[in-house]
Amino acid sequence: MNEELIISGRENLMVDPQLHIWHWPIPLYLFLGGLAAGVLFFAALYYLMGKENEYRSAVRRVPFLAPIALVLGLAALFYDLRHKAFFWQLYTTIRLESPMSWGAWTLLVITTASFIWCALHIREFFPGWDWKYNWLKDLEVFFNKYKKQLAWVILIFAIITGVYTGILLSAFNARPLWNTSVLGPLFLASGLSAGAAAIVLMSKNREERLLFTKIDLIILGVELFLIVHMFMGFLASTQVQIEAAELFLGGPYTMVFWIFVVILGIIIPGVLDLMELRGKHIPAVIPGVLVLLGSFMFRFIFVFAGQVSRWLY
Amino acid sequence: MRYAMAVDTKKCVGCSDCVVACQTENNVPIGYCRDWVVEVMDGTYPQLEIELRSERCNHCENAPCVRCCPTGASHIVDGGIVLVKPNKCIGCGACIASCPYDARYPHPEGYVDKCTFCVHRVSQGMKPACVSVCPTKCMYFGDLDDPNSDVSMVLKKRKYKTLIPEAGTKPHLYFLI
Repeated sequence: MNEELIISGRENLMVDPQLHIWHWPIPLYLFLGGLAAGVLFFAALYYLMGKENEYRSAVRRVPFLAPIALVLGLAALFYDLRHKAFFWQLYTTIRLESPMSWGAWTLLVITTASFIWCALHIREFFPGWDWKYNWLKDLEVFFNKYKKQLAWVILIFAIITGVYTGILLSAFNARPLWNTSVLGPLFLASGLSAGAAAIVLMSKNREERLLFTKIDLIILGVELFLIVHMFMGFLASTQVQIEAAELFLGGPYTMVFWIFVVILGIIIPGVLDLMELRGKHIPAVIPGVLVLLGSFMFRFIFVFAGQVSRWLY
Repeated sequence: MRYAMAVDTKKCVGCSDCVVACQTENNVPIGYCRDWVVEVMDGTYPQLEIELRSERCNHCENAPCVRCCPTGASHIVDGGIVLVKPNKCIGCGACIASCPYDARYPHPEGYVDKCTFCVHRVSQGMKPACVSVCPTKCMYFGDLDDPNSDVSMVLKKRKYKTLIPEAGTKPHLYFLI
């Protein structure tokens, strides 16, 4: 039997604990960004399909979550920076190699577009709203005229936002758990299911709720498939990725991942969605909150566990 | 020009003089370090083997930290040295997460800091601080493109390895074995 013992002579205790470089603001932002992406994706999609009146909540009301989520998410990101005064350096360059760079630009576009979208629908919440200044009124007329183009921008950038949060992590080959290309589609699916759940939670129209329950069910199925797919990929890969997968298959993250993400976040809301579609009356709040919680926990666990996984040498 | 360093694991005694020299030369804040010594013990008692390695940034040719930096603060200069521009760094931590060697740390002032191969000394023809103080002379530094440099000569004579070559980083820090 061979035993390997590594005694690090690193002179400071500061180095290793610091390697856990990303704390709660990052997964919180990833969740809020994913949620906003999901909500905006459905709003733009159903607007472009000409279903604005049938799915009123999805197109006109729920999108108000997006700018709130994005601003909170951006605040979390800003809080996480250590050299805050230099944050503007992000916007002096576009580096296509760095997902964080084009992600920053994507965020700028999607946040602005989500504010405009909500401004166009402000009368949903404040029927007597008046923009007061003429230039604001002119802007409203302008964006109403080009609303279709705006919806296309939102649709495309919502997908990019959803995917980039995953690609951001998968670009790091130093952290074997993150280094899988499944992460992009998986984060997108997780964001879309959170968006659908938010619509189910906030909609007052039964037909709309049923449609988004159905969508939610399908996306949860895709998510489950992608998770299984990801673990199959890890287990068929190199030693470091096998060890990364083992964090979830018997390792320290097993319980928290399978209970909160898979069982409570995917399987139980999926079954409840199915029961709802079969005509049983399930309070919408239960699957909705479970999906949101699952999506939130998924990002927390993944960001934290990824920083534990590493190359051995 | 490609600067590289070779560390003789057979001669290193793990005294950490290189660590202290670096901290002094580069004014590294207390509690942090840009280089460190790793002691790996292998085998089953009583057949044990110890390897000592003075480690630092590998100044990779295919540097993941440079690739993932969103502002271009992490960059490669002439000679293949990987550096950070403090006034471009936003302290997002992406490069720290991307380094398979864990060679970077967040400086208390906010930007990310790491080994510079003592570029200020090297550019004037001197050796990096860690190399120049080593009491067993176990470190070799120089230009790989110059066949007569210390590092080229020793790599010709001795067997060596790099750390995690399978990570695809093409490191410029060699360990003589």
